[in-house]
Amino acid sequence: MLFTLTNTAAPATDLGYLLHKNPNRCQVADLNFGKAYIFYPEASEKSCTAALLLDIDPVAIVRGKPGTTGGGPLAQYVNDKPYVASSFLSVAIASLYGSALQGKCPQRPDLAATRLPLTAELAVLPCRGGRNFLSELFEPLGYDLQATRHALDQRFPNWGDSVYYTVTLSKRTTVQELLAHLYVLIPVLDNDKHYYVGESEVENLLSKGAQWLAGHPLRDTIVKRYLKFRFSLARQALARLTEEEPEDTDADSCQPDGQELTLEETVSLNEERLGAVLAALRESGAGSVLDIGCGEGKLLRLLLKEKAITGIVGMDVSVRSLEIAHQKLGLDRLAGPARERIRLIHGSLLYRDSRFSGFDAATVMEVIEHLDPPRLTAFERVLFEAARPGRIILTTPNHEYNAMWPNLPAGRFRHPDHRFEWTRREFQEWAQATADRYGYSVRFVPVGREDEILGAPTQMGVFINGN
Amino acid sequence: MEIKLPELSLVLLIGPSGAGKSTFANKHFLPTEIISSDFCRGALTDDENDQSVSKEAFELVHFIARKRLALGKLAVIDATNVQREARAPLVAIAREYHVIPVALVFDLPDRICQERNQQRENRKLSPNLIRQQRSEMRRSLKWLDKEGFRHIAILDSPEKIDTATIRREPLWNNRKELRGPFDIIGDVHGCGDELEALLSDLGYRKVSWMTGGSGWGDEVYRHPEGRLAVFLGDMVDRGPRILDSLRIIRNMVQSGNALCVPGNHDMKFLRKLQGKNVQITHGLEKSMAEMAALPEPGNTEFKKGLMEFLHGLVSHYVLDQGRLVVAHAGMKQTMQGRGSARVRDFALYGETTGETDEFGLPVRHNWAADYKGPAMVVYGHTPVPEPVWLNHTVNIDTGCVFGGQLTALRYPEKEFVQVAAQRTWCEPVKPFRANQAQAPGLTVQQQHDDLLDAEDVMGKRFITTRLQPNITIRAENATAALETMSRFAIDPKWLIYLCPTMSPCETSTKDGYLEYPSEAFSYYRSAGVPTVVCEEKHMGSRAVVVVGKNEDTVQRRFGIQGDGAGIIYTRTGRRFFDNKKLEQELLARLVQAMDSSGFWKALQTDWACIDCELMPWSVKAQELIRAQYASVGAASQAALEASISTLKKMQCREGLEREYQAPPNSSTKPADIEELISTFEKRRDMVQAYTSAYAQYCWPVTDIEDLKLAPFHLLATEGKVHADKDHVWHLTTLGGICEADPDILQVTAYRVVETMDSESQEDAVRWWLALTEKGGEGMVVKPFQFITRGRRGPVQPAVKVRGREYLRIIYGPEYTAPQHLQRLRSRGLGVKRSLALREFALGVEALERFVRKEPLRRVHECVFGVLALESEPVDPRL
Repeated sequence: MLFTLTNTAAPATDLGYLLHKNPNRCQVADLNFGKAYIFYPEASEKSCTAALLLDIDPVAIVRGKPGTTGGGPLAQYVNDKPYVASSFLSVAIASLYGSALQGKCPQRPDLAATRLPLTAELAVLPCRGGRNFLSELFEPLGYDLQATRHALDQRFPNWGDSVYYTVTLSKRTTVQELLAHLYVLIPVLDNDKHYYVGESEVENLLSKGAQWLAGHPLRDTIVKRYLKFRFSLARQALARLTEEEPEDTDADSCQPDGQELTLEETVSLNEERLGAVLAALRESGAGSVLDIGCGEGKLLRLLLKEKAITGIVGMDVSVRSLEIAHQKLGLDRLAGPARERIRLIHGSLLYRDSRFSGFDAATVMEVIEHLDPPRLTAFERVLFEAARPGRIILTTPNHEYNAMWPNLPAGRFRHPDHRFEWTRREFQEWAQATADRYGYSVRFVPVGREDEILGAPTQMGVFINGN
Repeated sequence: MEIKLPELSLVLLIGPSGAGKSTFANKHFLPTEIISSDFCRGALTDDENDQSVSKEAFELVHFIARKRLALGKLAVIDATNVQREARAPLVAIAREYHVIPVALVFDLPDRICQERNQQRENRKLSPNLIRQQRSEMRRSLKWLDKEGFRHIAILDSPEKIDTATIRREPLWNNRKELRGPFDIIGDVHGCGDELEALLSDLGYRKVSWMTGGSGWGDEVYRHPEGRLAVFLGDMVDRGPRILDSLRIIRNMVQSGNALCVPGNHDMKFLRKLQGKNVQITHGLEKSMAEMAALPEPGNTEFKKGLMEFLHGLVSHYVLDQGRLVVAHAGMKQTMQGRGSARVRDFALYGETTGETDEFGLPVRHNWAADYKGPAMVVYGHTPVPEPVWLNHTVNIDTGCVFGGQLTALRYPEKEFVQVAAQRTWCEPVKPFRANQAQAPGLTVQQQHDDLLDAEDVMGKRFITTRLQPNITIRAENATAALETMSRFAIDPKWLIYLCPTMSPCETSTKDGYLEYPSEAFSYYRSAGVPTVVCEEKHMGSRAVVVVGKNEDTVQRRFGIQGDGAGIIYTRTGRRFFDNKKLEQELLARLVQAMDSSGFWKALQTDWACIDCELMPWSVKAQELIRAQYASVGAASQAALEASISTLKKMQCREGLEREYQAPPNSSTKPADIEELISTFEKRRDMVQAYTSAYAQYCWPVTDIEDLKLAPFHLLATEGKVHADKDHVWHLTTLGGICEADPDILQVTAYRVVETMDSESQEDAVRWWLALTEKGGEGMVVKPFQFITRGRRGPVQPAVKVRGREYLRIIYGPEYTAPQHLQRLRSRGLGVKRSLALREFALGVEALERFVRKEPLRRVHECVFGVLALESEPVDPRL
C-alpha cells in the first residue's frame, strides 16, 4: 500500500519537519502487522513528496504474529488488505505521522498551523459505495479530487471494473487536517476495520473529526460506517457531535441487507402488514400463537402487548435471528409468568415438528416466497397436515404490484432471496387448493395501499381449520 | 423350588426388612439388574438410610426401571414393596412397557426378621416397624393377583429362600433363533383353492402325515428346501373352504412347517366356539355353517383340537435375530417382543382413531407411518390393492376373499408371489381397490417421504454406518445444517449423497513447495496400501449428478414429479444451476451419451448417481472471483506497480544519505532502497503468477459446449453402490460415456502408482509437475480400492496434492516467498482427516440405504450428517 503526500510551497522540504522524517533518508519502522517504509521520491525546493509504503505481512494478518498464539484479524489469505488503503493505513498514519496528525511540529511550531498546497495520492483506494460516494465524501471538504478506476482483469473485459481507484486529493490545508480526513474516511470508503470496534473508537472518531464532521452532509453515513454499523455506538457519537441526548432505542443489530427494506420503506409496508396480521389475530380471538419465521421478532413484540394472547412461540430457522429477537424483546429482563408466556424455538418449516402442534393460530409472514417451489409441498404438510393450527395467517408479496416501484426492473423480485413471487391469482389458486386439501377454508385480504389495477403490495390469506 | 421368570419382566421383591431380599437378589441377578431403594437414597444423599428423601429415591427407582424396560432389560426392584400403594406405580410401569410384573414374596416368620435386624451393624430399625411391614405384606398377599401380578412366588422359609433357583424363559413370541427363509402369507379367509395354489407356486409339496388326528386329514405341505411358511391370521370367515384352510395351516404348524399368528376373525370364531355370545357378522356365519355341516362322529374331538390350536396362537413373532416381526394387524416398535393384553390387542386389531368412515367402519390409525424401528414388520388385516411398503413395513393382505389376490412375501428375498382370486367370494363393505386414489403415480412410501421429522435430524445424534459404527453429530452442527438444508438445499428426495471433504497430503518440506506428491505416496505406503491411483484434479466446482433415463424413471425411483429427468447439485446440496434449462440441456446430453455408450444396459439400471467436477470454475464461482480473486489481482498489481515506480524515483535522487545511524530510541531504522526495489519486484512477479493462476480456470459460458463435465466416481445405480469397485473401474466405465460426447464430457487422466516402487512414483511426480506447470490444479491420490482399510483402520479415501501455482489462490498470491512459506508449513491435518473419514462413511451409507430402498428419513439422516459435519470449524485452506 502506497500513500504519498506532496507539498509544493517553497521551501517544499519543510514537509520533512512537519512529518518529522528526514527527506534524505529511506527509513523503515516495524508495525504490528508488518513494516512501513518512509522515503521521499522527490525532495526539491519546489516540490517535496513523502511516501509511506506499507509492507503488510499477509500471513501474520491471518495467523497472528510469529510467536503469538491465536489468529490474526483476517480470515482470508487471498485478501486485498496488503495492497490497498484501509484501516491498516489509518493505524500507520497515527503511528508514524502521529505528531503531524496531532498538529504538533516541535522543531517548527509555526509550520503546523500553516495552510500549504498539499496533494495526497492513494495508489489503491477501495471505494465501496462507488465514485459518487467518493466525491460526496471529499468534495464538501474542499478537495480537488481526481480518481482513476482500475479494471478487474484486463483479460476479462466483461467482468467490468473493480472497486479500486487511484485517488489524488489536492487542497490548501494543514497537514494535520488532511491526515485527519484520511484517517477517518479511508476505513469509511473500505467499509471495514481490521480491529474490534468498541467504545474507544467513538473517542477516536470524535478527536479526529471534531472540527469537520458535524457539518459534513454525509455525517450519519460516515459515523455508521466508521463504527461498523454498531448502532448504539453510532447514536452515541452522533449525539455528541450534534450535542443531543441519545435516544434509548433498540440494541445493536446487523447491517440490514437493504433491498427489500428500501423498496418497501416508501409505504412503510412492513408496519401495515404487522397491523393487518394483528387485526386478523384479534378477530380470531386466538389465545396461543405460533409465529413461523419470526425473524428478529417484530410481530412477537406486538403480540407481547396483547393481553388476550397467553402463549407465544416464535420459530425461525436462523439461530442468529433468534438471538437478536431474544435481545430485542428483552427476554432476559422478563421473569415469572411473563417470561413463560413466550418461547423462541429453532426449527424449520420443512420438517414436521411436534412443537408446532396445538396452537390457536399460526402466522407465516413473508416466508413462503423464500422457499424453492418444489419444497412447498413439505411446508404445506408440516403446517396444514401435521401442526394443524386453528387459523393460519399467511402473507406474501403481490408480484403485480412490483410495477409500482420504478427502480425495480420488470420481472425482478423484491429481494434477492425470493425464490418466487405470486400474482394475486397464483396465490389464491395455491391457497384455495391447499385449504381444500387439508380441510381449511380461506379468505383473502389485501394489505397496504391498493392500486386499482395492480392490487395491494402484500396479499394475505386467512385460513380457518374446518374440522 | 424353581421360579420361572419371563426373560423380560419387572420383578418386585416383597417383604419386610430383614427378610433376605437383597441377599437373594445379589445371588440370582446381575448387580445392574437390581434397582435398590437404599442405593437410590445413597445416590442422592450419600446416606443409604436417609428416610427423608424416600420420595425422591423412589422417583429415581421408577425412572431407572422405566429406562431399563424401555430398552428391553429386566429390572428387579429391591425395596420392601409391602404396601399396595408402593406396588401400584410399578405395576403401572410394567403395563406401560408391556412387560410382565412378577412378585417374589419373602414371607418369613417375624422372629427371623427381627433377629437379622438386630445383627445389622449399620442400621437397626425399630422392631415395631418390621412387625408393621410384615403385617402389611401378609394382608395384601391374596390380592396380588388382582393387582396385576401374573407370576407370584412365595418363599416362606429360609430353606426355600436358600434353595430356590430362577429360570428365565423366553417369551413365546421370541423366535429370534429362526433364521428362515420364510414365506409369509396374508389373510386367507377360507380361500382354500387359492391357498393350495399359492403353496404349490411357492414350492411346497403335499406329503403324508399320519399324526394329524381325527378330522384333520393325513397330509401336510412341506417345502423340500425347508422353508418355513408364516400365516398372518384371519384364516376363517367369509370364504368357501374355511375348515380346509384351517386344516392345511394347522397341520403345517403342528408338523413344524409353518408358524401362525392369530387374526381378529380367528379369535372371534374361537370365542363363538367357546360358547361366548358374539355377533354372527362379517362372515362368521360361513365359518359356523361349515362347523354345523361336520359329520357327527369325530365332530366334538375336531372342535376340541381346533379350539386348542386357535387358543395356542401367539400374538406375534419376532424372527431372524430380531430383524423380522410378523403380526396380523402390525406391531409397533415399543411392543415388539413384549407380552401384554394391549400388545395382543394391537396385534389383532391395530389401533383406531375413534372415528368411523362413510362406510361405518372404524378409521384405522396408520401406525406404519410413524414406524421407525429397525425390524421389518409384515402384516395384513386391512385389504389393499397391492402390497404396500412403508417405513420398512409391508401390508400383504391383498383381499383375496374380496376378489383380489392371495399374496406371499418371500423373506429375505423380499419378493412377492401372488395368486389371483378365482372369484369375488365376498363383497367388501368398502371397495378396497379405491384405497389409493390420491396423487396417482407415487407410492405410499414416496408420499410419506414428502414429510420428514425434525426429531430425526435435530439435536445430538448418533448414526451407525457400515464403515464406521458410531458417528456422533453434535447438536450445534445439526443446528447449522438445519438452516442450510432448509434455506438452500434441493428436495431431500434428490439428495441421496453428499461428498466428503478431502484432506491435502502432509505438508512438504521441499524448497518452494507446500504440497508435493511424495508425501501422498508415503502416507498410503505407511498405511499399508501398495497401489494407489493418481487422478488429474480438474479445477471447476464439485457437482453431484443424479440422472434417470427419463422423467418416468425419476418419478418411479425417486418419487419426484415435474422436476426434470435429473439434477446437478453442489457439495452443500444446492442446485448447481440457477438456470434450469441449462441444467436439463446438460443432463440431456449426458443421458444421450449414456444411451449411445450402452451404459444403461451394461449396468442394468435406469438411473445413476455420479460424482463429477464441472468446469469452468467461473460458471459457479463468478461472484467470488469478481469480489475476491480478481479484485485482489487488480489491487495488488496496481499497488505494486505504483510502489516500484515510486521507489525507483527515490533511487534516482541525488544527495541521499545512504549511510546513517538511526538515533537511539527512534521508531525507525535505515532501509536499503535497492534491496527494497528488488523485493517489491519479486512481489510483483508473484502477483502476476497469481492472476495467471485463476485466469486459467475462467472462460465465458455462452453455449452449452462451453461447459465441461468430468465424472470420476460412478457412485450408485439400481441395486448397487459401486464402492466395491476399484478406481480404475470407475474411470474406465465413466470414460466410456465421456467418449460418446467429448465436446461436453471430459475424461479424467490417471496413473496407477506402486507405493513400493520408486520409479513408478518418480514417473507420477513428473506427470504431476507437467500437469501443474501447465496450470492444472494438481491431482488426487486414492487407494486402488474405493474402500480400503489400512494398518490402523480406514485410510483416507483420497488425498489431494495441489500444484504450486494453484495454491496461490488458496494461500495468497505471495505465499511462495520463503518467509511466508516457512510459516504456512505448520498446519494440522488431523481434524480435516477425521472429518473426511466420517463424511465418507456417511456418504456411502446414504447411498446404500437409498439403494436398499429404505425410507427417505434414513437416507436423509446421513446426508444431513455430512452437512452438519461440514459446519465443524476447519482451516478452509486445507
